[in-house]
Amino acid sequence: MKRFSQLLVTLILKTSRNDKISVLSEYFKYTPDPDRGYALGALTGTLSIPGIKPSLLRTLVAERIDQELFNLSYDYVGDLAETVSLIWPDTAPYKEKLPSITEFISKMEGTPRAKLSALISSFLDNANSNERWAMIKFATGGLRVGVSARLAKTALAAYSGCLLEDIEKVWHGLTPPYIGLFEWLDGKTGIPKIQHTRTFHPMMLANPLNTEQDFDRLDPNDFQAEWKWDGIRVQAVFDESSKQLYSRTGDDISRAFPDIVGELNGKAVLDGELLVGDNFKALPFNQLQQRLNRKSPTKTHLKDYPAFIRVYDMLFYNDDDIRDLPLKIRRQKLEDWMKRVKNSRLDISEILDFDSWSRLAELRTEKADTLGHEGVMIKDLQSRYSPGRPKGPWFKWKRDPKFLDGVMMYAQRGHGRRSSFYSDYTFGIWRGNELVPVGKAYSGFTDEELVMLDKWVRGNTLNRFGPVREVRKELVVELAFDSAHASSRHKSGIALRFPRINRIRWDKPAQEADTTETITSIM
Amino acid sequence: MQWINHELYIAPIDAYIDPIKPVDKAIITHGHADHARPGHQKVLASRQTIDIMKIRYGEKSATSFQSMEFGKPLRINDVTITLHPAGHILGSAQISIEYRGQRVVVTGDYKTIPDSSAQAFEIIKCDLFVTEATFGLPIFQHPSPHNEINNLLKSISEQPKRTHLIGVYSLGKAQRVISLLREAGYDHPIFIHGALEKLCDYYSSEGINLGLLRKALVQDKETMKGAVVMAPPSALRDRWSRRLMDPIICQASGWMTIKQRAKRSGVELPLIISDHADWNELTSTIDSTEADTIWVTHGREDALVHWCKLNGKNAEPLRLQGRDEELEI
Repeated sequence: MKRFSQLLVTLILKTSRNDKISVLSEYFKYTPDPDRGYALGALTGTLSIPGIKPSLLRTLVAERIDQELFNLSYDYVGDLAETVSLIWPDTAPYKEKLPSITEFISKMEGTPRAKLSALISSFLDNANSNERWAMIKFATGGLRVGVSARLAKTALAAYSGCLLEDIEKVWHGLTPPYIGLFEWLDGKTGIPKIQHTRTFHPMMLANPLNTEQDFDRLDPNDFQAEWKWDGIRVQAVFDESSKQLYSRTGDDISRAFPDIVGELNGKAVLDGELLVGDNFKALPFNQLQQRLNRKSPTKTHLKDYPAFIRVYDMLFYNDDDIRDLPLKIRRQKLEDWMKRVKNSRLDISEILDFDSWSRLAELRTEKADTLGHEGVMIKDLQSRYSPGRPKGPWFKWKRDPKFLDGVMMYAQRGHGRRSSFYSDYTFGIWRGNELVPVGKAYSGFTDEELVMLDKWVRGNTLNRFGPVREVRKELVVELAFDSAHASSRHKSGIALRFPRINRIRWDKPAQEADTTETITSIM
Repeated sequence: MQWINHELYIAPIDAYIDPIKPVDKAIITHGHADHARPGHQKVLASRQTIDIMKIRYGEKSATSFQSMEFGKPLRINDVTITLHPAGHILGSAQISIEYRGQRVVVTGDYKTIPDSSAQAFEIIKCDLFVTEATFGLPIFQHPSPHNEINNLLKSISEQPKRTHLIGVYSLGKAQRVISLLREAGYDHPIFIHGALEKLCDYYSSEGINLGLLRKALVQDKETMKGAVVMAPPSALRDRWSRRLMDPIICQASGWMTIKQRAKRSGVELPLIISDHADWNELTSTIDSTEADTIWVTHGREDALVHWCKLNGKNAEPLRLQGRDEELEI
């Protein structure tokens, strides 16, 4: 844990990506198994240990520190792990050696629940504040030290000389402490074997189109275009006995969509958009939302919001890995497979007919409202399916945003780097003389603007509800959003898609903010 | 205590301590800008505080200056004023005021741990103790400054080709960090930003050993490889620092305790070196003064007031205007 805590402290303070990679590479190179594999799991969020809950930490602190002093400190720091690690009294007369990561995990696993608090206390007593911070982060999950899974894997590639793309290909088939992976990285064995129909495969993502530059240098004949549907990106991974649906981040969401999973036939790995609606006619995103964030759907949900996948790519054709074939060929194979294998909940994505970029621009605006999509996807016909967001082969061209002026009503603390700032805001619009919430936004402003917004929130607080402050209804902000839909979940009856702050209207009086009527008229 | 109010106005002699706006009579604890302001008529302070005010604001920054020695009482009417070292920066003083058998001590800013660039803090027993609270939360437990300097030296020896650029306030912190480095045996020239020069010269003239200092401006990149450079925090990411070779940004401040805060300021090597008392120093000093009433001025007042009440003392927050709440100076 000593080494690991040094690693985390260094990582959180380094700003340069290259510095982070070199620190991580050193760590992976010189740390023994299985410690490094567990550390890798913690950094990439794949490690699951019987963790400790924030409530347990609070109880332990309450036994040592006056409650009010703790609350004031927590309010100031904004991060529980950091507050506890700093406020923990350093009283142990002499410190025992800290456990290694592996010992830490095995002690946590081998300790009955009733004795867990004594174990944690002894760990914290024997550590300094940085080590306490690292242990708490490790045991509560979610390190937030500015290292993405992608960056950790880049460091694996850097220290071993193996290809990042190869690491990505096997990654989701492996688990901590990644013994087999490190054997390969160390050059002792070949690449680990994984079962492709039981594993999530990292997705290929598109970059936003730069209309001013990209169209001049790209030839429309080299590209295929499709609608960009407003659903959720999924990967269907299935054979005769195992059928799974994964989200973009690799979470298994099969149980939430038994209507799709139960109807999967054949053996393939497919990439597509999950949507709801009858006869492959997509309903707006907020209807799909009824099916999201639920462990399993009710009968009514299955009936009212039947789910389907609009398939646009194929990664495995039976047992063949076709990711390195050009999109054009993959598409032919997908069409061929769809014809041969019956799948009632799969629909192939339509290829748009266009011969020039200006024609595509017309299509994009013409059909945006009638079909309810959010723009077009443009993909190089020669592109391989490469995980991540490679620059060049795939573009997304979203339709133009809409705007409204809303009034800030509530503000909530952010997390991580923003933990001491009020950075998540709820905005309202007028319905008669009443302001009604219409959406939340927490992006679209600069760091300087965040400092100003935070200061404004603190100086204009009316009420506090835990981490949330109600503010004076005086600050107007121009929100950009992709579309507005009717919603029974919001008091305003309106739900915005992708609301973000476009600019802060320090000058505008709250009375001149938008009304529910004006927004309803553009729905 | 009717004769001193929450604005630290002493009625019997019509004088303010560290007033923010120009007044007739001001008693100044130390030379930092949120305590010492130009434009007063009469200023009473330690000799070094007056020197520092003149360096920063000019010879004419007050109509008249009267300097006092530490520990020598001055009687004005029925009021006795004595300055005692506050240990914050060179010349910093606690102000003791006695009137009708009662003693009030106003600390200004202070720290109690040893610092060879400032006079050592003294405990003065009193009835009313007016304390700062910059680090008045139990999360602030400053490590030994020698430990922090060792971290810096370790980083220098591990990355000998990079420049260590340390953000320091130009009065007090700069000279303290330099003298800590000298005490730790670092004997290379230290390069300083122009804003630090006059005050470093002054500290040297007062007998503080800062060793060999050079202007950072005139040096070329090669010379700066592996060097230690000190600059005000505002210059760290300014155009000024572009002339340096791939610098490691360090900052010496008590705020560096909080990692998210260090990260947000883009600090790669935080040095927790503070010229303010940490939580343990604040609470143990309050106890040692034996005062039964405590006024808490600038900083995190609420927690310290709460602690005083838990420990059977009368306590009130003053919420003085004009003290920069987020800036440690």
